[in-house]
Amino acid sequence: MRAYTPKDNVQKKPYYTDRYWVAPQVAKHNVSSDDVFAADLEAIKAKFEVLEAYIQVDQMVVIINAADNFGVIEMLKNELSYNQLSEMSAIDWLASEGKFEIFYQMLSMTKRKRLRIKCKIDEKESIQSVEKLFRSADWSEREMYDMFGVVVNNHPFMKRILMPDDWEGFPLRKTYPLQGDEFAAWYEVDKIFGKEAREIIGPENRDSARIDRYDTERFARLGHEVPRGTDISNGEPDTPLVYQETEGVFMIEKFDAEKSVVISDRDR
Amino acid sequence: MAQHQVNYLKDGGLPVALTTIDKVVNWGRSNSLWALTYGLACCGIEMMASGASRYDFDRFGTIFRASPRQAELMVVAGTLTKKHAEFIRRLYDQMAEPKWVISMGSCANTGGMFNTYATVQGVDRVIPVDLYLPGCAPRPETLQYGVLMLQQKIRRESASRAQKPKRLM
Ligand code: SF4
Repeated sequence: MRAYTPKDNVQKKPYYTDRYWVAPQVAKHNVSSDDVFAADLEAIKAKFEVLEAYIQVDQMVVIINAADNFGVIEMLKNELSYNQLSEMSAIDWLASEGKFEIFYQMLSMTKRKRLRIKCKIDEKESIQSVEKLFRSADWSEREMYDMFGVVVNNHPFMKRILMPDDWEGFPLRKTYPLQGDEFAAWYEVDKIFGKEAREIIGPENRDSARIDRYDTERFARLGHEVPRGTDISNGEPDTPLVYQETEGVFMIEKFDAEKSVVISDRDR
Repeated sequence: MAQHQVNYLKDGGLPVALTTIDKVVNWGRSNSLWALTYGLACCGIEMMASGASRYDFDRFGTIFRASPRQAELMVVAGTLTKKHAEFIRRLYDQMAEPKWVISMGSCANTGGMFNTYATVQGVDRVIPVDLYLPGCAPRPETLQYGVLMLQQKIRRESASRAQKPKRLM
């Protein structure tokens, strides 16, 4: 029988801590500093509620309500000539705000401007698909579902795209351990051989530089060499270096400072 | 008449070489190792280079086949993801006995630098491996040397040995 490990809080355990230096934010500018963006923002504001808008690194960022996402992007495409959805995905802010941030990166070829639409949804909330407007959203939305578990409504084929269909958990969430939870660790064994094989095959060795100090099959300790396969758990004998002069190893000689030459002028 | 008499028992009178069945069979097997193409990542490029004209695997009798039914050697060259693990096992099972596996590169040996949730930590968790080639990626010379080592290993084995599963189930 396998040992029982509780699985009810596998996903809840916070594996992620902010270990790294957090870069300061790039300065935000007022939208009125750019005429094209200012006009675009006025057009959006006329129909939809805009929570916040600013210009950052020459790109306008507009934060809207999640329910308006289809309408805003439809308007941007059809009326404001933002004709490409270059990227979209989600950001996990569950730890700090309990929300996902969804962003849509848009490009206008004619205006030569880039614009980002952002909205926030709760963990269990779903969002409207924009696949009808931009085909590029098809795979992006599937990837967003695969990696974050954000369900997209009205998507033609809402399945995982990168991970296997029977995968558990959403790998890009910050709570997901990098080396995988228990399900991930045993995935291939469970699937191919069945759970009974776990004991035969054993856990993964995650330390690829692991050296067993007492392993004499594959390693030899310098200066303590023993025949292969000897049990050295109770200590091992010294095999000190023996020089050629004292009937030791051929070619291993003592260093004689008298015989050596020190080169003083390096240009010689 | 006497001058044409052949002494069959002396001086190799007949063009006959005596050997054992084992040796003949193993000679044949080891010199016609047809490999299943199994390039999974960057190591696959080195495997292709080994097969191409500069390193020329054909002279060792190693020809890459795209079908597991025609292959007896599987060179796992690259990163095995967990999603792909069941397929590598299925292809391995489809290969006819006797069969051998070379695990090429750090990724196939131990998972390599991909110490993550999505990578199998060594193909030997899924299929039995005969030879591990170190390196990231191993040069074509390494793979050549590996194939020659495998040929030596095959020649040492008994040809009629029961093909028992090497590890795992
Ligand atoms: S061992 Fe290195 S070269 Fe080979 S597949 Fe892995 S990362 Fe690529």
